[in-house]
Amino acid sequence: MAQPLVKKDDDYDDEEEYSPFLGIEKGTVLQEARVFNDPQLDTRKCSQVITKLLYLLNQGETFTKVEATEVFFGVTKLFQSRDIELRRMVYLMIKELSPSSDDVIIVTSSLMKDMNSKNDMYRANAIRVLCRITDGTLLTQIERYLKQAIVDKNPVVASAALVSGIHLLQTNPEIVKRWSNEVQEAVQSRAPLVQFHALGLLHQIRQNDRLAINKLVSSLTRGTARSPLAQCLLVRYASQVASESAANSQTGDRPLYDFLDSCLRHKSEMVILEAARAIAELNGVTSREVTPAITVLQLFLNSPKPVLRFAAIRTLNKVAMTHPMAVTNCNIDMESLISDQNRSIATLAITTLLKTGNESSVDRLMKQITNFMSDIADEFKIVVVDAIRSLCLKFPLKYRSLMNFLCNILREEGGFEYKKVIVDSIVILIRDIPEAKENGLLHLCEFIEDCEFTYLSTQILHFLGIEGPKASDPSKYIRYIYNRVHLENATVRACAVSTLAKFAVMVDSLKPRIYVLLRRCLFDSDDEVRDRATLYLKTLGADGSVLVNEKDVPEILFGSLDLPLGNLETSLKNYEPSEEPFDLDSVPKEVRSQPLAEKKGSGKKPNGLGAPPITLASSVDAYEKMLRSIEEFAGFGKLFKSSASLELTEAETEYAVNVVKHIFDRHVVFQYNCTNTIPEQLLENITVVVDASEAEEFSEVVSKPLRSLPYNSPGQTFVAFEKPDGVAAVGKFPNVLKFIVKEIDPSTGEAEDDGVEDEYQLEDVEVVAADYMLKVAVSNFRNAWESMGEDGERVDEYGLGPRGSLAEAVRAVIDLLGMQPCEGTEVVPTNVRSHTCLLSGIFIGNVKVLARLSFGLDASREVAMKLVVRSDNEAVSDLIHEIISCG
Amino acid sequence: MESCPSIKNILLLDSEGKRVAVKYYSDDWPTNSTKEAFEKAVFIKTQKTNARTEAEIAMFENNIVVYKFAQDLHFFVTGGEDENELILASVLQGFFDAVGILLRGNVEKKEALENLDLILLCLDEIIDGGIILETDANVIAGKVASHSIDSNAPLSEQTISQALATAREHLARSLLK
Repeated sequence: MAQPLVKKDDDYDDEEEYSPFLGIEKGTVLQEARVFNDPQLDTRKCSQVITKLLYLLNQGETFTKVEATEVFFGVTKLFQSRDIELRRMVYLMIKELSPSSDDVIIVTSSLMKDMNSKNDMYRANAIRVLCRITDGTLLTQIERYLKQAIVDKNPVVASAALVSGIHLLQTNPEIVKRWSNEVQEAVQSRAPLVQFHALGLLHQIRQNDRLAINKLVSSLTRGTARSPLAQCLLVRYASQVASESAANSQTGDRPLYDFLDSCLRHKSEMVILEAARAIAELNGVTSREVTPAITVLQLFLNSPKPVLRFAAIRTLNKVAMTHPMAVTNCNIDMESLISDQNRSIATLAITTLLKTGNESSVDRLMKQITNFMSDIADEFKIVVVDAIRSLCLKFPLKYRSLMNFLCNILREEGGFEYKKVIVDSIVILIRDIPEAKENGLLHLCEFIEDCEFTYLSTQILHFLGIEGPKASDPSKYIRYIYNRVHLENATVRACAVSTLAKFAVMVDSLKPRIYVLLRRCLFDSDDEVRDRATLYLKTLGADGSVLVNEKDVPEILFGSLDLPLGNLETSLKNYEPSEEPFDLDSVPKEVRSQPLAEKKGSGKKPNGLGAPPITLASSVDAYEKMLRSIEEFAGFGKLFKSSASLELTEAETEYAVNVVKHIFDRHVVFQYNCTNTIPEQLLENITVVVDASEAEEFSEVVSKPLRSLPYNSPGQTFVAFEKPDGVAAVGKFPNVLKFIVKEIDPSTGEAEDDGVEDEYQLEDVEVVAADYMLKVAVSNFRNAWESMGEDGERVDEYGLGPRGSLAEAVRAVIDLLGMQPCEGTEVVPTNVRSHTCLLSGIFIGNVKVLARLSFGLDASREVAMKLVVRSDNEAVSDLIHEIISCG
Repeated sequence: MESCPSIKNILLLDSEGKRVAVKYYSDDWPTNSTKEAFEKAVFIKTQKTNARTEAEIAMFENNIVVYKFAQDLHFFVTGGEDENELILASVLQGFFDAVGILLRGNVEKKEALENLDLILLCLDEIIDGGIILETDANVIAGKVASHSIDSNAPLSEQTISQALATAREHLARSLLK
C-alpha cells in the first residue's frame, strides 16, 4: 500500500511547478525591503527584493500610498551603491512606482548626477527615468542637459533623450518645441535608431506646420533613411503630404508618388508593406497608380510567414473595396489562401474574393465557402455573411445560390450575433430583390419554427406582417405564425397576434379565419396577448360593431409612430399623472441635439426657487430642463431650438466663454458658459453686456448674472431678448464680459474681501437665419416632396463664384441654411461636375421646408446652383431664397 | 494612422495563460481586471495555433496581436489596427530572440522566472512608453547584460562572497558574448 502513495507524491512534485516566487506575499516582501536601509548594503539581496516587488506589481498587486512611499524612500537610498545592476533595478522600480511630485524631489539630484555621469548606460537610463517622473518646472532645470543629450555621440543616450522628448511633447509642448535645432541635427545622425526617433519627434513638433513638413519630407526623400523603421516613418509622412497636396492641385502627377513607388523596391519588407499600403490609401488613387503596389502584395501572399500573408491580404481587401478589378490578378493566390492555417487570413481571402469575383465565379466560390464555414468561429462567419450580402446585391441574378447558402447556414448552429446578421441579410435581400421574396419568407418562417432567440423571432414576425400579406399566397404563412401562439413565450405570442391582425387588415379573404384564431388568443395566460387580441378584434370590427372608419384602421393600428423612441421615453418619464392626457405632439421629433417642442406648462412649474440646478447642459433634455427651471424664462413658451455652442474666446486665454443660442417664438436667450482658468482668482457677479444697437428688431428683457465663478468650475450667465413673434430676425451682437476679480490667498485658499471690477472683450454673437431652422430628416424625400405640392414652390438660380470643389460648395450651402441633408445627398462623389442635394427642415412657426439643390461646376471652376424650395408657407419659401442671396 | 509606430502592450504568458511578465503602454485597459480579461481572451484564441516556427498574427477588438511560442512560454505584442504588422513582428522577434540570448537558450517558464529581472530589463530596453527603442536582439541583450560592476566602485562595498558571485556572473556573461 505504501508504494503507490509514494509514487503519488512524486507525481505531485512533478506537477507542482517550481517557481522562485512560490507563496510570495506582499507583506513579507515589504518587510524584506527594509534591507534597503541597512548601513552596509547587500546589493544582491537588494536586487532580489526589487525583483520580487516588481513581480508583485506585474501580477496586478497594488501598493497603498503609504507602502509605495515607504518603498520609494527605501529605493532612493540605493543610489549610494555603485553596483550597475542594482542601479538598473532602481531605475525600473522608480518608473513603476511613478512617485508623486512631492517625492520626486528626493531622487532628482541623484538622477541629475547620473545624467552627467561618464557611464553612458547611467546617462541614458537616468534621462528616461527623470523625464518620466518630471513636471514642467523641473524640466526647465534639466532642459540644457537634454538638449546636449539629443546630439550626444552615444546613440543610446541620444535615443533616450529623443524618445523622452516625444513623451514630453504631450505635456510640455512649448519646452520641447525649443529643441528643434538639436532634433534637426539628430535627424542627420549616422545611428539608425537615433534617426528614427529624431524623425518621429521632429514630425510631431512640426505637425501643424504643413510647409515645414513638406520641406522636411522632400529633403529626406532624396536620400534613404538608415533604418527600415525610419524609412517607414518617411513613407508615412510622405503619404500624408501627398494626400494633402493632391487635394489642392488636382492636376498632373501626384507629388511624392515616385518616392512611394521606389520604396516598393526597398530591401526591407517592412518598408515595402508601408509603401504599398500608403499608395493604396492615397485619396482617389487611380488603378494605374495602385497596380505596382498590388504586384508586390501578390508576392507577399505566397510568403511562408503568416504575418506577411496577413498584412498583404488585409491591404488587398481594402483595395478591393475601391478597385476590385485591379485586385483580380491575385484571385488564384487568394483562392489558395482559403485553406490557410490562420483563419484570419482565410476569412480575409474569402471576403476579398467575394468582392473581386465576377458573376461566373460565384457558384464555385460558394462551394468552397460552404466547406470553410464549418470550421471557423462566429466572428469570422459574420464577416463572410456581410460580404455575401453585398455580393448578392451586386449580382442579383445569383440570388438563388446565395440565398440558399444563407438559408443553409441559418439552420446550422450559431450564436445570436451570427444569426442576427444572417436574418438581417435575408431581410435586406428580400427587400431589394423582388424575385427572392417568396423563397426568403418561407425560409424565415421555417427558421422561427425552431428559433431560440426571442428578439429574432419578433423581428421576423414583424417583417412577415409587412411583406407576407403582399405575397402571392398569404394564407400559407398563417400556419407558421399561429404556431407561435401555441409554442412560444409571451413576447413572441403577442407579436404573433399583431402579425395575424396585419394579415387580417390587408387581406380581406383571410379575415374570417383570422378572427377565429384571434378569438382563441382571448384565453391566453398573458395580459398583453389578450389585450392585443381584444384590441384588434374590436377595431377590425370582428363582432360587427364599427368603432372607427374602416379606412383608418391600418393607420391607427400599424401606422408608424413617427417619433424617435428615445424622446418618447423621456417625455413619458417627465409626464406626471394629471387630468390632462399625455399629448403625443409634445414629444420632440428632433433626433439630434436640438429640442423641437416644449410642453404646455401644467404641472411643470419651476420648482427650485432657491438655487436652480445650473449645470453645463449640452443635450436637448438638459437644455429644456435647465431653461424651464429658471424663473425668468419660464414664460417664454416652448423652446424651438438650441444652437451648438460657439466659442467666444481664443483657446488658452484667461477666461473661456462659449455661447448657446436658444430660440423661442418671441424670444432669444443667449446662454454664456464661462470657465475661469486662473487658479489664483475668484470671479464674482459676472454679466455679459450685450450691445443690441445694430440688431434693431431685438430688445433686451432680462440679464441674469452669475454670482461667483471659482477656478475651473464652469458657470452660466444668461441674456434674453424679445423679438417680433415668429419672425426670423437676424443681427450681430458685440459683447463684453464684466465681473469683479478677487485674488485668492494661496496659503489659505480663501478669496480676499476686496475685489476689482474688470472687463473682458468677447467675440461677437450673431443670430443668423439658420438658427430658426430645425434639422429634421424625412424618411422618403420624394413622397414628402410630392405631397407638399407646387403651391409654395419657389425656384431661382444663383452663381456661387469659384469654389475649390463641389463638395465645398454643397457644405457651405447646407451650413448656411441649417437644414438636414436627406438620403446621404450631402456626400459628393469625387470628380463629378454636377450634384443634387436634398434638404429638409422645420422653420420657426412649425413650417415644413424641403429644398432641392442642383449644383454644377463649369470649366473655370465656377459653381452654379439651382434652388427649388417647397414649403407650406410661400413667405417661408421666399425667405429661404433671401438667405441664399444675402449669404 | 499614428505618426509614430506605437506598441500597446507586450505580454509574456505561460502555457496556462498566466502572467510571467507583462507591460502595457496604452490606456485601452485601465484596470488590472480588463488587462487580465484581454490576456485571457488572447491566450484562448491563440492557444491552439502553431506559432513555434514562424510568428503568427490575429485581430483582436481592433488590435493586431502578433505572437510566437517557445516551450511553455507565449510571447505576444499588440498594436493598433492601423499599425504596420511587420513592425510589430520585428518587435516580437527582437523580444523573443533577446530573451533567448539572456536565458542562454533555455527559453522556458522556470528559467524566465528565475531571471525575471533580466526579462523586465529586457522589456524596458525594447519599448519606452509605447515607442520602439530597439529591435535588434543582440543589442537589447547586450544592454541588459553588458556590465555587472561599475569600475569605479570601491571594493570595500563588496563582501568576498559577493565579489566571487559577481565575478562568476561576469565570466558567464562574457562567455555568452
